[in-house]
Formats: sequence, C-alpha cells, structure tokens
Amino acid sequence: MHGRVKVKSTAQQEEEKRKEREKKLKIYIAARDGCFTKRKEGVFDDEALQLTQQLLSSNPDFATLWNYRREILMHLETVKEVDEVQKIYEAELLFLESCLKVNPKSYGSWHHRSWVSARLPRPDWARELSLCDRCLSLDDRNFHCWDYRRMVVKMFNVPVDQELKFTDRLIGSNFSNYSSWHYRSTLLPLLHTTASELPPMQAESPKSNRVCEEQLLKEYELVQNAFFTDPNDQSAWFYYRWLLGRAELEEMISCLHVSREEEQVAVVFSRPVNVQSGCLLLVLDGQPHAVEWKSIHPRFKHSPVWICNLPPGTISEISNEHNLTVHWTEKHSRKDCTLFTGHAESWCQDSATDQELFRSELSVEKNSVLQSELQSVQQLQELEPLNKWCLLTLILLMRALDPLSYEKEMLAHFQTLKEVDSMRSAYYSDLCSKFMIENTILKMEYAEVRVFSVSDKNLSTLCHLDQLVLVTHINLSCNQLLCLPPQFAMLRCLEVLEADNNSIGNLEGLYHLPKLEAVILKDNKIATLADLEPLTSCPRLKRLDLRGNPVTQLANVESELAKLLPSVLDLLL
Amino acid sequence: MCFYSKREYLIVIFDHISVVAAACSRVGQRVLHLDRRSYYAANWASFTFNGLLSWIQQQQVSETQDWCDLLEEGEELIQLSSQSSIRNLQVFTYTSKEDEVEEASADSVNTTEEEQHGPGETRCAVGSERLSQEVSRTHHSLQHMEIPAEGFCSLNISPIFQSQATITEGAEPEAEQPQSPAIPSQSEPSRKKISFAQLEKEGRRFNIDLVSKLMYSRGSLVELLIKSNVSRYAEFKKVSRILTYRNGEVEQVPCTRADVFASRQLSVVEKRKLMRFLTSCIEEKDDQSAYNGRPYLEFLRDQKLGENLQHFLLYSIAMVTEDTPTEVGLASTRNFLRCLGRYGNTPFLFPLYGLGEIPQCFCRMCAVFGGIYCLRHSLRCLLLDTATNRCKAVIDSRGQRISCSHVLLEENYVHERKNVATPPRFLSRAVLITDSSLHGSDSEQEVSMVTIPPITEGAPAVKMVELSSSTMTCMSGTYLVHLNCSSVSSAYQDLSPLITTMFSTPESHDQGRPSVLWCLYFNMEDGSAMEVEGHDLPSNVYVCSGPDGELGHEHAITQAELIFHKILPEEDFCPPAPNPEDILYDGGSAPSSGPEEEPSLQLEVEGLDSDWNTVFLFF
Repeated sequence: MHGRVKVKSTAQQEEEKRKEREKKLKIYIAARDGCFTKRKEGVFDDEALQLTQQLLSSNPDFATLWNYRREILMHLETVKEVDEVQKIYEAELLFLESCLKVNPKSYGSWHHRSWVSARLPRPDWARELSLCDRCLSLDDRNFHCWDYRRMVVKMFNVPVDQELKFTDRLIGSNFSNYSSWHYRSTLLPLLHTTASELPPMQAESPKSNRVCEEQLLKEYELVQNAFFTDPNDQSAWFYYRWLLGRAELEEMISCLHVSREEEQVAVVFSRPVNVQSGCLLLVLDGQPHAVEWKSIHPRFKHSPVWICNLPPGTISEISNEHNLTVHWTEKHSRKDCTLFTGHAESWCQDSATDQELFRSELSVEKNSVLQSELQSVQQLQELEPLNKWCLLTLILLMRALDPLSYEKEMLAHFQTLKEVDSMRSAYYSDLCSKFMIENTILKMEYAEVRVFSVSDKNLSTLCHLDQLVLVTHINLSCNQLLCLPPQFAMLRCLEVLEADNNSIGNLEGLYHLPKLEAVILKDNKIATLADLEPLTSCPRLKRLDLRGNPVTQLANVESELAKLLPSVLDLLL
Repeated sequence: MCFYSKREYLIVIFDHISVVAAACSRVGQRVLHLDRRSYYAANWASFTFNGLLSWIQQQQVSETQDWCDLLEEGEELIQLSSQSSIRNLQVFTYTSKEDEVEEASADSVNTTEEEQHGPGETRCAVGSERLSQEVSRTHHSLQHMEIPAEGFCSLNISPIFQSQATITEGAEPEAEQPQSPAIPSQSEPSRKKISFAQLEKEGRRFNIDLVSKLMYSRGSLVELLIKSNVSRYAEFKKVSRILTYRNGEVEQVPCTRADVFASRQLSVVEKRKLMRFLTSCIEEKDDQSAYNGRPYLEFLRDQKLGENLQHFLLYSIAMVTEDTPTEVGLASTRNFLRCLGRYGNTPFLFPLYGLGEIPQCFCRMCAVFGGIYCLRHSLRCLLLDTATNRCKAVIDSRGQRISCSHVLLEENYVHERKNVATPPRFLSRAVLITDSSLHGSDSEQEVSMVTIPPITEGAPAVKMVELSSSTMTCMSGTYLVHLNCSSVSSAYQDLSPLITTMFSTPESHDQGRPSVLWCLYFNMEDGSAMEVEGHDLPSNVYVCSGPDGELGHEHAITQAELIFHKILPEEDFCPPAPNPEDILYDGGSAPSSGPEEEPSLQLEVEGLDSDWNTVFLFF
C-alpha cells in the first residue's frame, strides 16, 4: 500500500540481534581473560578494578571476580589515605546499586555490599537502611535484602520500636509476608518484657518470650484484621499461633518409678533426652550407685524414658523400705520416691493436669483473653464455615480453654476439616488421635486409675506414651492403628494389652515389657511369624489372641508359635 | 498560497478527533488535521492558568461568509457552523489580587470585597435561570445558521462574563481595583495565602483540563495506548486513593486487600463481608441474575452488608446511584475490580500534565506517520458532488479549496443537518484551585478520586478528582479540583452548594476546610447525548461527538474505532508503531550514524532512582 512505513522483518531483526550478541560476547570474553591474567600476575591496579566492574555490571553472579575485586580493594586500603579509601568504597557502593538493579537477588552483589559496608571507614547506615526499604518496596520477600537489612540494623543500633513501626508499614502494604510477621515476633519480646515488670524468677528464665498483655491485645487486633480480611492467607494464622503460644516447657524429671521384683528404675523426662553416663545420679538409701542407663528401645538415642537395672538383691527383700533419689545434675532437677515395706513398686509423678501439658501449645496468662479470641474466631467461622485455618485455630483455642468439655465440637470440626482439606486428612486424623489420647489421659488422671481405654475413637497413631509409664491395662481396640511403635516400650507396668480390630502388622514396641501377660490382637494384620518376634522379649507373656490374623493361615503355625513363644499357654488362633 | 491546497487528501480531520487521525495515518492514509483554535483537542484540551483565562474570553462565535464562488459544476455547499458547546461560564476569585497585604488593611478591604461579590452573584443566578431558555434558542438559531448575526453563545456568555471580567482584568496594572483579600486569614495567620497574582505568575505550572476524567487501568484507552505504542509519548501517575463524602465527612474508601486490612472504619466482620462480596461478585452467579432489573441497592441490602459497606459499594466502587439496576451495578463493580491492582491500589491512572496530553500523543503519532496539522485554521463548508452524494472537497477559512476523500468532524459543526432534533444534554463542571487537600496529609503526592452521592433529593451525584502538584497540573502548594456531574440546572446551581459545604469559600463559615482560591463553573454539552448518526450528510462525511460525562474514555474510544472501520473497513485499528530503529528509510538502509560507536558492556537498566510513583505504559 502507498505511503506505508517500511519495517524490518523479524528475520532482519533477529540477525541484527544475533550480531549484537556475538559482539558483546567477544568483548566479554576478552575482558574476562584479561581479569584472570591480571589476577594470576598479582596486579591490583585501577585498571583491574574497572575491568571487573565492567564484567560484574553485566553479570553480577561471577564470584571469582568479586573475590579479585576484594583483593584489589584490600590492597588499596594499605596504600591509600583514609579519605581516599572512603571515596573508593563509596564508589563501590554506587556500583553495587547498579548491579542490584540488574539482579536484585544476586548473592555476590549482596555479599559484597555487606563486606564493603563493614569496611567503610565512615559508614552511612541511614542510607543503607533506605536502600533496603526501597528494595523491599519493590519485592517485599527478597530474602537477600532482609538478610542485609538485619546486618544494617544491628550495626546502626536501630531502636526496637522503630523496627516495629517498619514491620507495621510492610504489613500494612501487604500482610501476606512471613518475613515481616516473623520479624515482628522477634521484636516484640525485646520491646515489652522489661525485667522490672516481671517477677525476678520469670525474668531470668531465658525461654520466657512473653509479651505484655497490652501489646498482646494490640497484636491480636492486628492479626485479626488480617485473617478477617483474607482468611485464606496463612501467614497471619501462623503469626496468630505464635502469639497464642506458650513458653517452652521446663526440662526436668517428671516421673520416677521403681519396681521391686524387676529391681528396675524408670525415669521419665519432660522431653526426650540423651542420658550420658554421669549426668544422671542415682542415690539409694543415701548411697550413690553407679548404674547403666538404657533408653527404652535400642532404636532411640534420645528418649523421654530411661531405665536402669539395680544390682541383684539390692531392693528385692520385700520387708525392707528404700529411699530412692535420681538427680539430673545438668538441669538441677531431682525426684525422690520411697519404696515402702511390703510394696512391690513405688512411683512419684507430676500430673499432666496440673502442668496443663495438653493445652495444645497454646496458653495465655488469662482465660478471658482466650475466651474472647475464641469468640472472634467463632464469628469468623460463622462467616466462613469451610475455612481450614479458621477451623484448625478454633480447635486449638478450644483445647487451650478446656480440652474435655469441647471434645464433641472438636470432633465435629475435625470431620469438616478432613472434608474441606482432603489432601491433609491423614494429618488431621493424627492430630485428632493425639488430642483424643490427651483427653483420655486427663480422664484417667481424674479417675486416679491405671487403666487407659481409647476404644473406637478412630485413632490413627499413638503418642504421649511417656505419660503412660504407670498404666497396667490398655484398651486400643476398634481403631485404625497400623503398628505398635517402639515408643510403646515405655509402658513399663503394662500387664494387659487389648488391641483387637485394628490394622496392626508390626509389634516393634512390645519390647522387654517386664509385666506383660496378655496380648489381644484379634482381627489385625499380623502376617508372619517374624512379626511376632518382639514378643519373645516379654518374659511373662501367657495369653495371646491372634484370631483373624493372616498369620493363622500359615502351615504349622501352632507348633511354630509354641517354639517361638514357649511361655504362652493360652493361644487363640 | 498554502502548500497543502494543491494536493488531494484522503482524509481531512477537523478538530479533536485525534485517535482516528492517528489510526488512519498509521495505516498509510494521508491525513490533514485542521483546527480553528490555537490549541489541539477542542474540549479535550488542557490549559495553563493564563491560557484558561484567555479561553474564557474567547468563548464567542465566529462569523460566516458565503463561499459560493468556489463551487464547481455539479457541486453543492454545506455550511459548517462552529457553535460552542460551552454555556454558563462563571468565574470567582476568592484570593487577593496582589501578594498578601498588611494585616492592618485587611478589615477595610474585606467590606469592599463583599460589595464586589454581591452583584456578581445575583447576575450569576440570572444567568443560570436562562438555561432552559437557551436550549430552545439553540434550536432556533441552528435552523437559521446561515445568518448567525447573534450566536446565542455571545448573547448568553457575554453578560455573565462581563460581570466577572473585572476579576480577570484585575491583575492587569491599569485596572484600578482595590487590593482585596477575600478571606482574612484569621485562623492561620502564619500561613501565607497564595494571591491571584501568584497564580498568574505561576500560571504555567497549571494544566487545567476542560473535561474531568480518569483512565481505567484496563479501560479501552489504556489498552489502545499500549497496543499502539502511543504510550511512549506520555507518563502517568497512579490515582492513589478513592475518597467519598459521607455524613459531612470525607472518608477513604477501602478497595484493596491492603486498604481493607488497614481500615479503621470497618469492624473485622465488615471487613470479611466486604472482601467476600468483592471476591464473589467477580463471577456471575445465578442468585445475581434474580435481581436483574431491581435496584442494585436492594441487592446489596439482601447480601446483609451494613450501611457502611452499602455506601462504599454503591457510590464509590460501582459509582452508580440508588436506582441503578443490579446488572448494571454489578458490571460496574466488576469493571472496577478488573482494573484494580494493575498499576496501583486504585483502578485509575492520570496522565502527567493533564488529560490534554492524550489527544496530543495521538496527534504526534499521526504526525510521525505523515499527518499534517494546521492550527488556527478552520473549515467553512463542504463541497458536495451532487451526482454521487459524496464530499469532494472542503473550503477552509482562508477560502481555499482542499480535495479530500473523507471528512471527519465534530457533531456541533453540522448540528443543523440533523434529521430529528433531540435537545442537547449538558454536563455541569467546576474547576477549583484550592490551598490544601480534602483528606489527610498535604504531601502533594496524593491523587484522589472523590465520589459524592446526591447531597439532597434530586441533586446529581458528583464525581470529583483532586489533583496534587505531583501530577504537573497545578503549582506547588495548590490542589486542582475538578467536579463533574450531569446538569440538572446550571453548573453554578448544581455544584456551588456542594463546594460551599466541602470547601471554605466566602459563603461558607467553616474554616477547617481547604480554601478555594479560584473557581470556574461552566456547562459543556454532553457528548454521550449527541447523536452521530441520522445527519443529512454525504456518505463520506463522518461525525463524532464531544466529551461525555462518564469517568472513563470508553465512549470516545469506541466511537473512534467505529468511525475508523467505517472509513477503512479492512484495516487494523492502531497496530503497534515500530521502534524507530526498526524503520527502513528510503534506499533500504538505516541512516548512517557516523563512526561506529564503541559498544559498551553496560546493559540497559531501568533507573532505580526514577520516581516510582510514575507509571510507564510499556507493557
């Protein structure tokens, strides 16, 4: 058509671009080889500085060149005046800014920047801070920049409240930002726990990362604004979990059990520990005894339960009374217990109820705060009945308030959770199992019995077994258990195990249980004789019910079993 | 003799239809663009402060002559009128003529000022009462356009203008006006008020648009700017916030996730409901169609949204009225949401240096591809080939005949050729120069869209745009405020009650509000009410309307595309313009650029130090 502007065809453009690229590549390679030669020859001059600058400004990820550059700069430091060095480094910072524009996530550039900032004779931290702010406003999740900023804040001694305002600003512009929320969680304890406000003991405790209540209420408001605005954004929910969270449990000995017949002592710790010889001291009737501590199962290096055998005859005489003390020298924790005349066993245990062990890692000074939080989350749940974060938080709040009375609601919410988030239904099953076990432990403690019964509760996993050291009868029937894990060996006093109607195919945890007499495993998935192997370590086993297991279909099963478990008299196949 | 008159033009574009001009020029048409004014873009133009003052004076009708002697055999003449679409112009100056005078003289001067204002305002009222009268006169005069002895514009505008003329003339040295600060600065004696003289002195800092619009960030104008590469000729600023006027207060409307999160006016439950509503209404649902034909407000009520949210959603997000049907309200809400977050936290952009930049960009594009521009150069009439009923040529204001194959002109040049006369509709406009922002900080960075529901029963809903000096449309320390609504009465009657309640003027008593320094009212014919079809015109003469009252540019762009396809049905509308380096010049080789440059290793980098508030439409 007439009068049209002629435009180069794409092929022409491509060709031009290709030539351009080739030309650039030639120059690049020449410059690179030049740099390498100079470095080899140990030349630290301005020309090398310029050459590396050219290369790095087009490719800031060239670590060798950064190193060479640092070598040059360090050399220049030794030959130049301070003012000149200052100027060189300032120019270096400007150059780095241009590199960061090419690639704002270059490890090399950021690393070099912190190196330069640290060596600058008169650093301008305020400028660095504003550079970080600008970078973060372009990409608020640039972790390189977050890292560099942390260094700047530390060097510049930025006051905590100012940093808190900084997170306010970032969260205000986009609250889907873990970095900002997390930064907040590290700042709050610094800002609001002044030693004078707390009783001295609490202030000394390093684990106490509590935030004062006034600030806490502000934080709840902030985070609620976030999850009401967008309940599907998990960053706010995670921060909320942290806010509601409790300080870590104190490390201590929570239970001591001594059995006269086995001449065995079991020690339960508040968390899994690795007992090295010497750190646990056993004193029997005023005399320290050197004993060998073993974890309850060879699979565990760390375990909450450790046992030791006393030398034969030490406490076996039933008419004697013995005083037993175990010291955990490392943590200054101890437990005493007296084995009275005529008693076969004795123990001393902290109750789970008193310690509020199962408040699902949530705990706040005041119930009223939790109560009002529960109400807001319930309000959100009415608006968003299918939101998983909301449901899960609701469950946790309920457990923190009163695990037993909210049990029914909790189970209903778990049901909904499994439906709306079917990808994680197994996770919810395990979590629900955990909570059901906790509830059962509480009920058992209230009833002051040694019988633990959770039948027909859809258990998919077993946990908190360290709390069941004293249990003699356990009923796990009609659940969905797949195995009795090694932790099961913590049930030192177990006599009767009922686990019928599960899917158990693995009995690893029935390991050296000294008192175990009856094992009911009717309708499970035990398939081979090898699966029953662990039972050979239980000396008192007399009754075994294996009806409805595949193993019963094996040829000669009865004779084989008699060979394997000669002590079993009552065998049901 | 003019150089262009000998050639035959494929298209003659008359006045402001720059988009069509650019589109035609881009695909190789030879375009001649004539404009009788000394500036581009007619009612789409923007002016410096002083430019606007002269524009106010120029609102008069030019004379018509007989050009029959230029006719050739078998041709007929169509006279072109050039009647203005501006009415009821009124100007008020509320600041002192000269720099601030001594406090001592303020009292005595103040009384003079009031006396001055008295008669001016009464005359304004007279002027606006004439609106209905004017409309009928318009038709009368149109039918007798051959004898435009007294165009009604001059009848109407001149008296009002004269009443205000003293004010515009006031700054001239020979005028013996007493120095008169309108409002003695009692509340803030420290703050020096900007005088009229300063406004004039800094007049070049102003770019005052005749229209009040914003660019929807996914609207057809933005898409066209991107598609055609015309965006390279302009820079844009994000509208930073949406405000609304409610219960006598200016409030910020939370419309993004971050706004909702940070809002202090909403409870957490309201926040959830708002977010849920906004997310849910993006998709069309069955329960929404049940409300078709019923008011959107009813739909909102039934969603159990509280009064806060109803107000925000109805007036500020959908920007509709209480009786707007649900489907329209929802479509408008969806459009708002679609545009949100593309460039910033509101759906709108505003061009730096004003909306007048946009037509100029298209003019530039047109010129780059060979279009010829003649300002201060009007057309008098069209020459019609009676046999084919096509326009063969046009006669310009210098009496020259220019051959052409298509003619495109604005509707009010051929108003009298309309077969069915519909009464024109008008927009009421006000332009204020104020001394501070309506809401919050005076950072001079904010650009605010303010939605104002009808303040009384029957009053129009007003759309207001407050521009800070960062948009390059006003001098530092001032704000340029545009008000726009459909006319119920004259611009003054429609908008002054609102202005006196929201701003501080001599009529209002509240001193805590931004002071109005200078203020202009006028009515402009509503382009959306103009009919571009149904004219008794040759088939190759195309008509387009002036600016409409909507916030976006959909009307103008749709119309431009439609006209383009009528002229060139086979052609692509504004295909991307090639980069300068990709253009092949005569002989097939690029112009030699001297000795070959030493290529450097520096890669092209966008400046990190440039103003990040400025948006470049380079995508």
